[in-house]
Amino acid sequence: MQNTREIAFTLNGEEVSHRVPVRQHLADFLRHELGLTGTHIGCEQGVCGACTIRVNGRSARSCLMLAVQADGCVVETIEGISQSGEIADLQHEFIQRNAAQCAFCTPGMLMTAADLIGGKEPVSRDAIRDHISGNYCRCTGYHAIVDAIESTLNKRLASDKSNPHHG
Amino acid sequence: MDNQRPSDRESIIGKSVPRSALRQLVHGRGRYTDDIQLPRMLELVFVRSPLAHAKIVNINIDDALRQPGIAHIFTGADIAEICKPWNGEAAHRPNLKSAPQYPLAMEQVTWQGEPIVAILAETRAQAEDAIDHVFIDFEELPAVVDPHGALEASAPLIHPDLGTNLADEQLIEAGSPDEAFNKALHVVEADFTFGRQTGVTLEPRSVIADYNSGSRSLTVYQSHQSPFQMQDLYAQNLAIDENNVRVICPDVGGAFGVKLHIYGDEVAAVASSVLTGRPVKFVADRMESFVSDTHARDHRVKARMAVSANGRIQAFEVDDLSAVGPYGHARRFSIVEGLQTITSAAAPYKFKHYRGRTRIVYQNKNMIGMYRGVGLPIACAVGEQMVDLAAAAVHMDPLEFRRQNYIDDDMYPHTTATGIHFEQLSLHQCLTQLKALMNYDELRQEQQQQRERGIYRGIGIATFIEQTAYGSRYYGPTEARVSVQEGCTLKLEPTGKVRCLTSATEQGQGTTAGIAQIVAEELGIGVDDISVIHGDSGTTPYGGGSWASRGAAMAGEAALKAARQLQSNILEVAAALLDLAPQELTLSRSRICLKHNGQSCMELEEVAKIGHFRQDQLPADLQPEFAVTRSHVPRNDVPPYYVANGVQASYLEVDTHTGIIRLLRHWAVDDCGRILNPMIVDEQVRGGIVQGIGGALLEKCHYDLQGQMLNASMADYLVPMASEMPDIHVEHVETPTRYTQLGAKGVGEAGTIGAIGVMWCAINDALRPLGAQVKEQPFTPEVILDALKQTHQ
Amino acid sequence: MKAPLFDYVNATSLDQALGLLDQYGEEARIIAGGQSLMATLNMRLSQPQVLIDINSIQGLSGVRETRKDIRIGALTRHMELLESDIVKEHLPLIASAMPHVAHVAIRNRGTIGGSLSMADPAAELPACCVALDATFELSSRSGQRVVKARDFFSGLYTTERQDNEILTQITIPKCAPQQLHYFEEINRRQGDFAIVGLACTAAVKKGLMSSKRSLKALDVVIFGCEDKPTRLAQTCLHLIGTSIDKNTITAAKQKLEQELNPTANLEGRADTKLHLATVLLERALLSLARDIGTID
Repeated sequence: MQNTREIAFTLNGEEVSHRVPVRQHLADFLRHELGLTGTHIGCEQGVCGACTIRVNGRSARSCLMLAVQADGCVVETIEGISQSGEIADLQHEFIQRNAAQCAFCTPGMLMTAADLIGGKEPVSRDAIRDHISGNYCRCTGYHAIVDAIESTLNKRLASDKSNPHHG
Repeated sequence: MDNQRPSDRESIIGKSVPRSALRQLVHGRGRYTDDIQLPRMLELVFVRSPLAHAKIVNINIDDALRQPGIAHIFTGADIAEICKPWNGEAAHRPNLKSAPQYPLAMEQVTWQGEPIVAILAETRAQAEDAIDHVFIDFEELPAVVDPHGALEASAPLIHPDLGTNLADEQLIEAGSPDEAFNKALHVVEADFTFGRQTGVTLEPRSVIADYNSGSRSLTVYQSHQSPFQMQDLYAQNLAIDENNVRVICPDVGGAFGVKLHIYGDEVAAVASSVLTGRPVKFVADRMESFVSDTHARDHRVKARMAVSANGRIQAFEVDDLSAVGPYGHARRFSIVEGLQTITSAAAPYKFKHYRGRTRIVYQNKNMIGMYRGVGLPIACAVGEQMVDLAAAAVHMDPLEFRRQNYIDDDMYPHTTATGIHFEQLSLHQCLTQLKALMNYDELRQEQQQQRERGIYRGIGIATFIEQTAYGSRYYGPTEARVSVQEGCTLKLEPTGKVRCLTSATEQGQGTTAGIAQIVAEELGIGVDDISVIHGDSGTTPYGGGSWASRGAAMAGEAALKAARQLQSNILEVAAALLDLAPQELTLSRSRICLKHNGQSCMELEEVAKIGHFRQDQLPADLQPEFAVTRSHVPRNDVPPYYVANGVQASYLEVDTHTGIIRLLRHWAVDDCGRILNPMIVDEQVRGGIVQGIGGALLEKCHYDLQGQMLNASMADYLVPMASEMPDIHVEHVETPTRYTQLGAKGVGEAGTIGAIGVMWCAINDALRPLGAQVKEQPFTPEVILDALKQTHQ
Repeated sequence: MKAPLFDYVNATSLDQALGLLDQYGEEARIIAGGQSLMATLNMRLSQPQVLIDINSIQGLSGVRETRKDIRIGALTRHMELLESDIVKEHLPLIASAMPHVAHVAIRNRGTIGGSLSMADPAAELPACCVALDATFELSSRSGQRVVKARDFFSGLYTTERQDNEILTQITIPKCAPQQLHYFEEINRRQGDFAIVGLACTAAVKKGLMSSKRSLKALDVVIFGCEDKPTRLAQTCLHLIGTSIDKNTITAAKQKLEQELNPTANLEGRADTKLHLATVLLERALLSLARDIGTID
């Protein structure tokens, strides 16, 4: 039985090749083989959302994907979207509003919240709550997280309005 | 020492300064224990007991040892050879019984999930592969699961040497309760059942032990609230010189009391490193977290309250029975929930006649320990629900009933009939502020209008107290080796920046940010000029760690003392350089200034530089002391805790057809003493409330009659998600304690303490017109529907 | 926990996947979205010898419209269903159900075929397919066969799919212009499996007066109660031909109590679930009655 496979994929904009055990989930591979420890593991059951990453442009649970399944995919982690500056304003709002305490959930929460801040329309607080409901936060009570996402989106919308040609 | 602030500078204490620690965390650049990889590290998994109660007849590890990647396998006896057991006894309570506990089970298993065998392998997956190859013969014993059953004569004894399953019993009596109840016009009674809960830290318990057999030194990275407690335990129980034991708590992904305890599996991991001479990592997976992280609550309470015709509470009685698993938690005990239940229920109210009894029994379920709020959420729920029933009995508005029965503002300092000492509470002010904040009168009208349309909404109010920062008079006599002091070292660096080494530990509360604000304030520098180092028993001053909402109150005071001393030392050097008296100078905006007019004399950086590199410019007898350590321990002549207080309100809607509860709004007015950072305090309150709402509506460890936990997975044990939670409006009252210079009391548990009670009151307020009343938490749809059904019969 | 040892094949064609299924039989597991299977692997509740990944197979995904039906490829992700205009227009019951299916990251990977094959008794999509009288195409090396959704679910997490078959396509009749629907589930947290849920479709026979309008067809499916979605055939039979009013609703609730046999779980006792099912039935019928105009 062949228990490892060679995979090649795009990780945070770089081409990566690696041999992986086929039973290893993507979260363990990212964390322990590649040292990208910003992706956290809270349940390995797909429930808590701490391991949320982006695969081919859509958020996904990295504990519910095998590393071999990343072959040929475009994978982005918190390290990648932090470095690119894509969510710099969201991260700033999280800090300004203390929207993270122990912050174990935060990378996954940011990956999920990133979906919401790219739109052209305002999003209600209820809709924000709905969207982030697959991500557990055990510390904050969610209120500040909703504030931070709402505020980031509103600032982006305001800046789009004042700079219609921007972006 | 003159602590007046220069008038040209705004205070940093009390400002909502963002936490600098978040900068790395929001980039995914934190470092939690599992993020650490050491060379030659082994991964450890445990074979855990599938049974709640059984004799271990035989353990065969031969086949498992032959599996791929397996390095070592240890049984309880192997570990016990180098590790002494611990015990949840307290020296000053001879009646408190507890059995010695070993890292791994020895002759018997006493709960489903108890660790029995440690398997060490090159990878976690390989270690797990070998679990099926360990063969254990059990002789199953009848399990004690029900707390009442535990006390029956026929009940099997969990620890025959103790001669009983009763851990402890405590009685409090004040005044003449029997007489008062006999004479009272109205007596209201209720039964309460509190379900078992657990903390569900998002980061599971994690430990990496690295024993160096050459130097006989031990370094442990551990997701824990008290590195000092664990250093002491490893030194004592593994017989390693304490100067060679260092416990480091990296970023900790939530703790809530779960990570305060001594766990057999974690100690076995450390012992395994000693036995193998290799680094060993143990990270609990989520399923084992549910059967091994400490659980909480699980109480049955009977209460009655006597009230006069004009709505004065005259007497109160509480009878509490709780089951705490098979052992008492060493150093922290498992009786505190019960004790707090009978000392704190209805404590904000003035009544003279009281009787409280708590009985704590052992059972074959996972252990019960300190979880956010400990017994105070139970006390609050019982007290506040009884107050609501009393108010209803005399047809008084529950808010006004509370106001009328609160301890009066001129009664402080005050000792309650239940035996708690209050230095100064702000009950009346908090209630007045809450009433305005929530628009109470209009809300009652709205509630009435909705009722007429068949919509059942409830308004709940819960007054809570939060005992914080327990002192040496509390823990000392237990001989449990719990340190209640905190320490702080400040180092002025040559560029005028400051390093702060605090004994406080951080699990996201923001304590270290508050400490940086204190230091910044006293030294006249910015918070960004200060780096805080914490969670390292080898480098920071000794302390207790984080528990009982004590970080800001205790470690903050130590930081204040250290900062004032460092300021004095800096000004002494500056004065020598300026040829002025130190009393004429002050520190502001990283400058040495004249106190009387604020005029800048020189840069702090210049003083720091000279003090480090150009001592030749200083007078011959002046020694620059730019590293200062100070400790704080509460005085022995004041009560061994501070008491914070507050009040919460909830507005919710009960769907009387489905039993589903919709949370509409939630408010809190909290008084945690001096506030260091309002934004951080707000989020502590909100987060605590949501955890409490989780307990009220969702969270319960389900067990069957054989002691098997039925929902030990993240999908089956429900915790709050964003969708169902309300926005939470928080306001503050500040009543600083006079026992410290800083005046902070503590806030970490406030939200959780009040939340179950406020939900209980709100739900029963909604159901009252239907004659229904819930008596069991969590308030599942079934609990609500059952309560409604009883009214139809 | 970590998954047990298994082999893994990334199948690039349906033939290859079906060949492997033939070879390994019950020792093989198909992984589609993996949003349930991966969790069971991580908990070692599932220990297959080989995992056959069908994600790379072309042609198994997408929603398309024919004259009478909507055809949904088994690999279609929940998010595609949620966002599909075809689904919104022609399968409004599914469109109402999709927001209740899990959370965004799960919807991004989870597939309709995986959800139906998993056959969780409290899941939304199996119930909707039963209510809508969907048909499932099952492929094997010996060809294809079609099984009605109403026959497909055979018990707790079990279906009529054989070990050598893959569910490849779901066909659902387009919603007729006058067709009505209702979907509701009771749970404590949005996105969870239902404590009890109801999916129903109905058609109305038109009379001139609203009080003459009666039910021509009705299919009510309760989920989260029995070991599979329960079609309330008797209750519906009783209601067809009547116009919905207070009396027929009361009678229908009594019929339901005779017809439904809920199994207790941690979310509720059997009697609690039965009660909740009657509440949902009443709400569904009231909603239909309002749509029809027989009750304000």
